[in-house]
Amino acid sequence: MSWFALPPGLILIAGGIALPFFGPLGRRNIVLGFPFLTLVALWSVPDGAALSVDFMEYRIVLAEGDRLSRLFGTIFAIMAAAGGLFALGNARTIELCASMIYAGSSIGVIFAGDLITLFVFWELMAVGSTLVLWSAGTPEAYRASMRYLSIHLLGGVVLMGGIAAWTVSTGGIEFGRMTEALGGGGLRSVAAWLILGGFLLNAGAPPLSAWLPDAYPEASPSGMVTLSAFTTKTAVYVLIVGFAGTELLVWVGLYMVFYGIVYALLENDMRRILAYSIVNQVGFMVTGIGIGTVMSLNGSAAHAFTHIIYKALLLMSAGAVLHMTGRRKCSDLGGLIQTMPLTATCGIIGALAISSFPLTSGFISKSMISQAAMDGHLTFVWLALAAASAGVFLHAGIKFPWFVFFQKDSGLRPPEPPRNMRIAMVIFAALCIVLGIAPGMLYAILPAPVDYVPYTGEHVVAQLQLLLFSGLAFFVLLPLMKRTLTISLDWDWFYRRFGPLLVKVAGGAILAADRAFRGAFLDLLRRGLDGIRTYYGPQSVAARSWNTAWMVLCAIAALGIYLAYLYA
Amino acid sequence: MNEQRHWLYRPENIRKLWLWGAGILAASVLAQVVFEVHGHFGFDSWFGFNAFYGFITCTAMVLFAKLLGVLVKRPDTYYRDEDRDDGGES
Repeated sequence: MSWFALPPGLILIAGGIALPFFGPLGRRNIVLGFPFLTLVALWSVPDGAALSVDFMEYRIVLAEGDRLSRLFGTIFAIMAAAGGLFALGNARTIELCASMIYAGSSIGVIFAGDLITLFVFWELMAVGSTLVLWSAGTPEAYRASMRYLSIHLLGGVVLMGGIAAWTVSTGGIEFGRMTEALGGGGLRSVAAWLILGGFLLNAGAPPLSAWLPDAYPEASPSGMVTLSAFTTKTAVYVLIVGFAGTELLVWVGLYMVFYGIVYALLENDMRRILAYSIVNQVGFMVTGIGIGTVMSLNGSAAHAFTHIIYKALLLMSAGAVLHMTGRRKCSDLGGLIQTMPLTATCGIIGALAISSFPLTSGFISKSMISQAAMDGHLTFVWLALAAASAGVFLHAGIKFPWFVFFQKDSGLRPPEPPRNMRIAMVIFAALCIVLGIAPGMLYAILPAPVDYVPYTGEHVVAQLQLLLFSGLAFFVLLPLMKRTLTISLDWDWFYRRFGPLLVKVAGGAILAADRAFRGAFLDLLRRGLDGIRTYYGPQSVAARSWNTAWMVLCAIAALGIYLAYLYA
Repeated sequence: MNEQRHWLYRPENIRKLWLWGAGILAASVLAQVVFEVHGHFGFDSWFGFNAFYGFITCTAMVLFAKLLGVLVKRPDTYYRDEDRDDGGES
């Protein structure tokens, strides 16, 4: 038991709650200092359950450490600090608070030792991220945040159902490997599938991937930087722990990879391009988890680490452009390298890293996943991953910098962004290169010992050929990629258009049927009442007053019949 | 930049950039002579396989995206009218 056996995520959450009570200097210290306290705390969580309490008949493990959780916790804490630095001075206070609570709760998930703790932090993460989105303060962001929240609450319900069923069927709440339970049948199997579904929703897996490119680009320039890191990578972490080696994930991952590329190719909004490429990159990680070997799991974990840095860098670069120009559409941008050379350089470094260029961080992580496919003789998967690597350069590596910083001169001459944004970008750009040059630093903290050398002559040549000729394809096919003022329909059409349309049409039909039925019933009732009125109403036969002679005659007749009956 | 256009936007430099680009592409393929690519599946050790594969798959992805675009592209105001009457407020 460590002296610092505190759930490390709580430090950031406490910082987020305390933040509004401080002035600008205090806020700066909290935003930049608390992530480092978190880093210290999470590295002092020992292996195994470090902090547990008994709750009803369950043992709640609030902090449980291992190599994988420390790896993810480390990058989350670094990201919280860099994201905070980028946001300082520009973002609203509520965004800073929400970002810290969001980052803290994702670290809470990473160090959760049981399903109940995991679920509580998981939901807190949904609330925190919704607030980050919402704090952009625009009507579009508000609506996007409501759609985002609905989808994540749905995911939360599925996960909760799974956790309840898992607890009933196994009698325990420990969070561990569930891959084998998927095929076992019975309640335990249903539970595992529900939990997998809840996890995959957060990873941006089909069919609900659209929540990500729908919501994130509506956040503030700094908000999207924060959002890009935590939700999807927390999902990658729980998938590694729970579902490594699930073959389905290979196919889910490959779908995500190509979905991201194709949709990003169609997109005009620079931040939506980068949002689609988050799904694409998480697809690589999910494929690695599905392959399930030591090499592929190391690769997925390493790729999550490097991805958080270069994706945040790309979004910082895009965020700086948005902050200085107020524009997001490629068709409105271009030529910005002339007055924003630093932002452009950092963006290009991020673009090279996401494309896995040699000497950048993406090269040393993504190639482990391809290597795992090769080691497992998975020809199709390897070919798909190679095509996807080329596609990443196409849709993000060239497309983003080209349309924003080069292509036609838009005539815009914005200056470089404020100093804090520049520092955050430079730090992350440096990290992309340092990790690419000295992969040993990252390899040393991966979950399993690494037996892989990324820099061999043949690997570098093969990768360069793949990427450079993908670049050639971009410029040759440039006429086909003319920017249009369009969006691309996605599965979210079903809940944004088809659902409401169905409600409108079906609602109209139900209303009409209801009106017709009630009309017919009232008509019947009215006719019945009219009949009754005919016979028993004030003017009816039954209500007529009879004269005395007629009454006496009737009485005599009745008595006569009675007599005849008695004497017969 | 003050009187002249940025060096990237001058026609003579654009031509130079294309030449440099072509040189780098050729070098990346020729480098295979020095650094032999052994491959794992057989086909991946063919001369220039990765260059060919990268170019072909990217072309295929762009064409596929173009085709899909015919089906799924809508004006970027597509959801705007509906958003207005969905009860959203700010």
